[in-house]
Amino acid sequence: MIDAGISFHVSEKGYYGDFGGAFIPEMLYPNVEELRLHYLEYMMEPSFQKEFHFLLKDFVGRPTPLFKAERLSAKYNTKIYLKREDLCHTGAHKVNNTIGQILMAKRLGKNKIVAETGAGQHGVATATVCALMGMECIIYMGAIDIERQAPNVARMKMLGATVVAAQSGSKTLKDATNEAMRHWINHPVDTHYIIGSVVGPHPYPDMVAKFQSVISEEIKWQLQEKEGRDYPDYILACVGGGSNAAGAFYHYLDEPRTALIAAEAAGQGVSSGHSAATTFLGKPGVLHGSKSLLMQTEDGQVIEPYSISAGLDYPGIGPLHAHLATSGRAKFFDITDDEALEAALECSMLEGIIPALETAHALAVFGKLGAKPDEVSVVNLSGRGDKDLATYQEKLKLNQ
Amino acid sequence: MNRISTLFNSTQEPILNVYATAGYPNFGDTMLVLNALQEGGVDIIEIGMPYSDPIADGETIQQSNQVSLDQGMSVAHLFDQLKNMRQSISVPVLLMGYINPVLQYGVERFCQKCQEVGVDGLILPDLPLAEYQQSYQTIFEQYGLLNIFLITPQTSDERIKQIDSISEGFIYMVSSASTTGAKTGISSDQEAYFKRIDGMKLKNPRLVGFGISDRESFLKASNGASGAIIGSAFVKLLGNAKNLREEIVGFVKSIKGLK
Repeated sequence: MIDAGISFHVSEKGYYGDFGGAFIPEMLYPNVEELRLHYLEYMMEPSFQKEFHFLLKDFVGRPTPLFKAERLSAKYNTKIYLKREDLCHTGAHKVNNTIGQILMAKRLGKNKIVAETGAGQHGVATATVCALMGMECIIYMGAIDIERQAPNVARMKMLGATVVAAQSGSKTLKDATNEAMRHWINHPVDTHYIIGSVVGPHPYPDMVAKFQSVISEEIKWQLQEKEGRDYPDYILACVGGGSNAAGAFYHYLDEPRTALIAAEAAGQGVSSGHSAATTFLGKPGVLHGSKSLLMQTEDGQVIEPYSISAGLDYPGIGPLHAHLATSGRAKFFDITDDEALEAALECSMLEGIIPALETAHALAVFGKLGAKPDEVSVVNLSGRGDKDLATYQEKLKLNQ
Repeated sequence: MNRISTLFNSTQEPILNVYATAGYPNFGDTMLVLNALQEGGVDIIEIGMPYSDPIADGETIQQSNQVSLDQGMSVAHLFDQLKNMRQSISVPVLLMGYINPVLQYGVERFCQKCQEVGVDGLILPDLPLAEYQQSYQTIFEQYGLLNIFLITPQTSDERIKQIDSISEGFIYMVSSASTTGAKTGISSDQEAYFKRIDGMKLKNPRLVGFGISDRESFLKASNGASGAIIGSAFVKLLGNAKNLREEIVGFVKSIKGLK
């Protein structure tokens, strides 16, 4: 499964195989370079580690449980564990990264934060840590997403953040990211940009993956306790940009006994013209500062993606995942809107857990995976479904 | 010698570089705009290759990019529109855009086409120095294309020297930390920055861009550099013009102080 000699960790120049790099305008160079030179050193400092782990424990509520899903296991005749990132404060794994990055911002001497958000989960997680640390917070969110994720907009505002509507392009996550980057270009001295996924120029993908790697670090000892071995046969996660997957895969990247399984949003179907399944539809290209797989026209214009899930509605994918996909290290499944909805309902009814629509894409893979009865799977249950209730109400006809 | 260095070596007057989005305001206007710019007395023309996600650009240029793309513009169409450019255009011509459309067209094929139609150089803001040196420099040079680098008030002296050492033609001096069209006018702080860079005795001349919109800001910027670049202010004119040729000629003359 794993070729000896292939590395799944970032190179000194910021690459994962052919993907990565830092394709940024000169205006962003000083900030990104400062981060590149110092991020590892700052992260390793004992005082940083101490504060990071203290906040993860007492503020976020870590470690999150690894829960054996008995009824789902029975249904698919295999062993299924759920890594309960939905129980993190703010309702998703996103806060692991924002805690780390706000501590990084402090060490870089920045007192203002800018961030992008799609579904609003990263925006809420960013607004939360800014409130905690007393930092000014500006969140860019696509005008269309602001409409379809109203509760998260209200949460960000209540936490003291300024929410700015991105009116350009498709008015969704891609455009919010453009606007956040433009904001950073216009405010280079006092502002840190907290990217919410394993995308962007080097060192962002590596830094975000490292902050999220607490997920697989915990899975290792939790699985040891429960199964007497510290690795699963399969680890499953959904991928938009790919931060929860990067965190769940991280300590297993070089573990040949663990298959890495990624679920992408196929929308109405990979060939429907309404999809966000980047590894199926994308070609190598540059967006938001790194070279990766990208949904684009023949002319290199970025194609507007579609998914029922705002968090997976992104035309690219982190460079690590592009490398995992093209090298064959990870297996990618395309999951449609309908399959995700069905999986969300199934998890709710069988396990008493309403998952986020994004997460539901990973759960839907069990219908296609063919895991054997004695094999162990861990699904990263990346977020809870409260934010998606309006969609669930409509699509699952819960009002009838 | 290339057209750009020849220009800088042969004129003492402030040099005016004007940016125009290709295929804007209408798909077929590209050559009309170029000819009118030259007729007005422009020194360098910078043609914007539209892109769906231009992160260094403010609203005005973003919108013009989107309009142009919606009208069907592409790299291939642009080269088609420029194929007889050198029959009428004698001033230096740069293509400005983002790296992804160039990658998809094919870097070598792109450079070959540039040489064929008579493009003198490229401005690709999201192609940074390190990537350029590693993967692009050899190909660009093979086809005689100058790569124009940007510097900003935050760029360190050490990096400016590094950029100067591999640059040819001129260095694009961004007047302030911003996207295009975000600010107008030139402050005394900015003038001090131009002078500071001037004092570094670089081998390349500089043109100031961002925030230049009229004769006053053009002259102020030219005070500490060889000239300046106008983008958003001109694209606004293109978007509103009733008589395109006449208004372009008038605009260029007003900036250059010509009658």
